[in-house]
Amino acid sequence: MNPKESEKEVVIKADNVVKKFGGRTVLNGISLEIYKGETFVIMGGSGCGKSTFLRHIIGSLKPDSGKIYLLGKDLSTLNDDEMDHLRRKIGMSFQSSALFDSMTVGENVALGLKEHTKLDKSVRDIVVKMKLELVGLRGFEDLMPSQLSGGMKKRVGLARAIAMDPEIVFYDEPTAGLDPIVAGVIDKLILDLSKKLNITSVVVTHDMKSVFSIADRVAMLYEGRVLEVGTPDEIRHSKNEMVQQFINGSPDGPIKFFQQKDDYLETLVA
Amino acid sequence: MGVTVIVNFFAKIGSVVLGAWKGTVEVLGLLFDTIWWLIFGPLKNKFVKSDSIFHQMVFAGVGSLVIAMFVAFFTGIVIAMQSAYQLSRFGANIYVAPMVAISLARELGPVLTALVVTGRVGAAIAAELGTMKVSEQIEALETMALNPIRFLVIPRFLALLVMLPCLTILADLVGIFGGFLVGVFSLDLDPYRYITFSFKYMAWKDVWTGLVKSGTFALIISMIGCYMGLNTKGGAEGVGKSTTLSVVTSFILIILFDCILTGVFYFAGK
Repeated sequence: MNPKESEKEVVIKADNVVKKFGGRTVLNGISLEIYKGETFVIMGGSGCGKSTFLRHIIGSLKPDSGKIYLLGKDLSTLNDDEMDHLRRKIGMSFQSSALFDSMTVGENVALGLKEHTKLDKSVRDIVVKMKLELVGLRGFEDLMPSQLSGGMKKRVGLARAIAMDPEIVFYDEPTAGLDPIVAGVIDKLILDLSKKLNITSVVVTHDMKSVFSIADRVAMLYEGRVLEVGTPDEIRHSKNEMVQQFINGSPDGPIKFFQQKDDYLETLVA
Repeated sequence: MGVTVIVNFFAKIGSVVLGAWKGTVEVLGLLFDTIWWLIFGPLKNKFVKSDSIFHQMVFAGVGSLVIAMFVAFFTGIVIAMQSAYQLSRFGANIYVAPMVAISLARELGPVLTALVVTGRVGAAIAAELGTMKVSEQIEALETMALNPIRFLVIPRFLALLVMLPCLTILADLVGIFGGFLVGVFSLDLDPYRYITFSFKYMAWKDVWTGLVKSGTFALIISMIGCYMGLNTKGGAEGVGKSTTLSVVTSFILIILFDCILTGVFYFAGK
């Protein structure tokens, strides 16, 4: 079925995914393959559709056309129960952490286990301690999310994402809004988790430092299309001017900051 | 210019009507999903957690007790005084007793309690779920394969469905007691006669029609609150908007359905 199957196992495959919101095309035919065990970074400017694409992979949004295969299953053919079953094999760390603020840190991490497994509370507590230890927050079980700093919330979100021992973990802007040191800690955590637990990581970010420190492969998205896919080195030495402009963060280049295409003068006068 | 104003006017009406229609369809969809989960969830071994239902019952029921009783008590006093004002002209002061009892059981008990609970519980539901929506917590639930309807809507729905009729019965009794105080201490009626008269003219139907109303209102408050919450868009402003909209919509629907149900019971009882 898949020509590359002999080399590497494909766990996520997007095939010409198109999504429109109203009249605006957000995803304009994205095709990607992500292999088992790698850390795959999706980068691109704000509004390029990278978060939207992530939401398509985890099945919260459905594409207008095109297909997405997650762990070998075509998402468009799954019913709710099958989708839920598949979702137990993935974890997601959200941009805003999305911790349940009516629950303690420990309850947040334990929720998936409590709802989906028959584990005893004592066993669950041990698992929670282990996951919190992994993110360096052991002993914080009884705090409420509102008592934590932004970086700590992110790390609890991470612990929650890996609580069910997922095969794939998705990270939506894991370092956005954090100070450089905490961002470095999070990057190291993502690396550690994928190496220690051998999970596939898919990271959406526009933080260049973290792109080059964690990625095995990088995809650059622009206006809903994939500009280029490659290893960090290939991306760094890319001939594509847009990619170069993006990684160097220069204001002048083929990517225009102002997206209005109509004439500025005309809009001023009329 | 004048034509545009008229066209805009009709366009506005059209969009309001279409919006209301779309909302109605979606709220009914939510109700259908809720009932579906209530019936088929347990069959799929996905029970609703009793502790979260209990938590909601305490919040919706016990928490609203004082304010609901306060309203009912003074309403009872007011009806007693207002009806005595008319009845004393005929020397029929003793009929204040059944007047208070019946108007509370059939009408004011269910409606006033529902309005109080809308302001307290309906608003809280919309605000809480709305905040969860805009902070990605609802999405987090979905990616953890936890259905928001089973997890969030059903406990609130069941809690209100049980607690609102309970509150209504208590409100009826407290209101009758308020009327009793006026009858005994201000109109110099015999306490024993007042009580026998209260219940002599009150039929079983007066009570159960009140409870049917109260159950319907519980359904309205929980469904509108959850719908507005789950469909919140756009940050803190959106949460405020959903909360306001849920209270206003529930108020309107409660008054509307009160009229419809009163009509049904009136004509069916003929």
